[in-house]
Amino acid sequence: MDIRRRDFLKLTGLAAATGILGPGGNGRVLGAETGPKDDGYGLLIDTTRCVGCRSCELACAEANGLKEPEQFGDEAIFQRVRTTSPDAFTVVNRYETQKGQVFRKQQCMHCLQPACESACLVRALRKHPEGPVTWNDKKCLGCRYCMISCPFDVPKFEYNSPNPRIRKCTLCFERVKAGKQTACAEACPVEAIRFGKRSELLETAKTRIYQNQDSYVHSIYGEHEAGGTSVMYLSAVPFEQLGLNTGLDKKPYPELTQEYLHNIVLVDLFFPIFLLGISYAVKGREKEIKAQTREEER
Amino acid sequence: MKRQDSKMPMRVEPLRRATRPSFRALSTEFARFVRFILEELKPKGKILTPFNVITGVIILVGLVIIVVRFAKGLGAVTNLSQEFPWGLWIGFDVVTGVAFAGGAYVLTFMVYILGLEKYHPIARITVLNGFLAYAFYAGALLLDIGRPWHIFNPIIGNSFGAASVMFLVAWHFFLYTVAEFVEFSPAIGEWLGYRRLTRILQSLTLAAVIFGIMLSTGHQSGLGALFLMAKGKLHPLWYSSLLPVSFFVSSIFAGLSMVILEGTISERVFSDRIPGTHKASHGEIVVGLSRVCVGAMFVYLFLEVAKLINEGTIGYLATPMGAWYLLEVLGFMLIPAGLFLLGARSANLFMLKIAAFGTVLGVALNRLNVSIIAYKWNAPFHYVPSWMEIWVTLAVISAEIWALRWIVRRMPVYEEHEEHLDVEELSVKEGVQWKAM
Repeated sequence: MDIRRRDFLKLTGLAAATGILGPGGNGRVLGAETGPKDDGYGLLIDTTRCVGCRSCELACAEANGLKEPEQFGDEAIFQRVRTTSPDAFTVVNRYETQKGQVFRKQQCMHCLQPACESACLVRALRKHPEGPVTWNDKKCLGCRYCMISCPFDVPKFEYNSPNPRIRKCTLCFERVKAGKQTACAEACPVEAIRFGKRSELLETAKTRIYQNQDSYVHSIYGEHEAGGTSVMYLSAVPFEQLGLNTGLDKKPYPELTQEYLHNIVLVDLFFPIFLLGISYAVKGREKEIKAQTREEER
Repeated sequence: MKRQDSKMPMRVEPLRRATRPSFRALSTEFARFVRFILEELKPKGKILTPFNVITGVIILVGLVIIVVRFAKGLGAVTNLSQEFPWGLWIGFDVVTGVAFAGGAYVLTFMVYILGLEKYHPIARITVLNGFLAYAFYAGALLLDIGRPWHIFNPIIGNSFGAASVMFLVAWHFFLYTVAEFVEFSPAIGEWLGYRRLTRILQSLTLAAVIFGIMLSTGHQSGLGALFLMAKGKLHPLWYSSLLPVSFFVSSIFAGLSMVILEGTISERVFSDRIPGTHKASHGEIVVGLSRVCVGAMFVYLFLEVAKLINEGTIGYLATPMGAWYLLEVLGFMLIPAGLFLLGARSANLFMLKIAAFGTVLGVALNRLNVSIIAYKWNAPFHYVPSWMEIWVTLAVISAEIWALRWIVRRMPVYEEHEEHLDVEELSVKEGVQWKAM
């Protein structure tokens, strides 16, 4: 009985959402569509191989028409931990770990169900079936809610422009569509960045861990983090030593607001009827009272 | 143009709709309408008062800052960063301001749905305050968003991000502003002297109120729900799945406390505009509103306790952020709630006003905590607003007060609604002639 009621409510919500929100809703609000599966493209970044040459940074800047990476070829840059910026979609940092110095490249993780995509009120940020999460110049209104939502703090905003854009790694969407691999993967001299279908990358990662049990921690960062990401990391040391947030939810981020959105659709549907009911009840009562007082006056 | 008109010695006559609209009648009517508006646009009262000079300077400098912001980007005037994309303009102007404007939906619920006529005298001013708040906060939002020329994309664009709480908030925000305007529009009709139009607008009030309450429930809670996505970034003492509910509940007492405070101020400032009967009932209204506040505040405090237990965050109370949290919840929620309770019992208006003031501070603190202070609380360099952000906020508030004053001095905001009384009384007498009019 209880289950039936739940189903009924869900169904009403679904009907309401598709009815009210129109085709744009895509049923995505209600989680009916779970987003692209593992078959999109992604990157596997093996931090045990990275030598910190920053070739990927240079290739990325060239491919995306960005400024040349700062202090390129200067070891001193590793003295501070950098983050990506509107002018640098990927950066390599050096971390002091229990196994010595380790380099890690960072960029957009291209989540399977991105927080930024569900946060965007105009669908300017989209996850494509090919894997990349991209930003649309014609739709974005610059509210920066994507930046609040992204668990990896990836989207960057051009604060010093009168026509600001959200800037981030695009997983070289144009190149990928043309059948090429990403610029960073192509440029890496030590094959630390592997481009491929996510399902294949996962297999590769597991094989490497299986074959070199002592040189890897036995998990893949990005397999489940934030519901799974298209970019994944392998490491010899616990991931938090590489500045990765290991405290993230395993659930996809869009689920955080899904329940609320369900409920508010119901509020919008039933509140007006409920309020109208109260107001009629009160009006009826007022008339009664007035009629009574009139009779008493007589 | 304006100067020429103002030189003409002219009495403004109440406008009346011509019985038989002919082209000539319409054109004279139009001319009269324009003259009336031009006459009303002129400032009433002294111009060079200290208040006007100070707020005038604030607004002028604010405009300069706004020009710089649009010429050079947000970075030129704000302290926003990649780490802190939302600052004072969102955290205070929008998130806090909207909570303060919650009085309108609560009061219209009491007056038009529950039929509590006692609160009718302050319905219009409350709705007006609400409408202006939304109009100006939407304005402040235009300053903050990076690409305001795309502001209508979520409304008219074919790009509905329906999975976004922001989408929901945008729609509810937009529609609610329209609903508030409809609720206030009879006052504009009366001001212009269009009796029939006023009556038509009045007939829309109940529908606008009902939708207004629905829409308020949606966006008041929605503002809290926005931060559900900030999991791990917002301090655990503030982050909870109950955020939308507590934002909604706190908007009830935040709004009503604001109504109490605004009533106290306008009682002095607009003394000449408020009829005597209204002044006499003011005390009773304040006591009544305070009772509602007490109820909502205890629900809120209960929710806070439930949050602590539910999320298992009691341990954080012993940290510095815990002390800050306790200051908010005990100092600015529990104590004002107690004062409301005591003051309502003894009908001590002074105590109630202090309680309302404390509550307003408490809700502001809560909203700023969620949106700014406890957001990335552990970041090495935390966001602090720039003087220009604060200045623009003050300019927005000043401009809003100017607009409010302009309207209150001209439109029947405090007077008893003649039309309303006519209809009520006639219906009591079972006279239906007015319908045939």
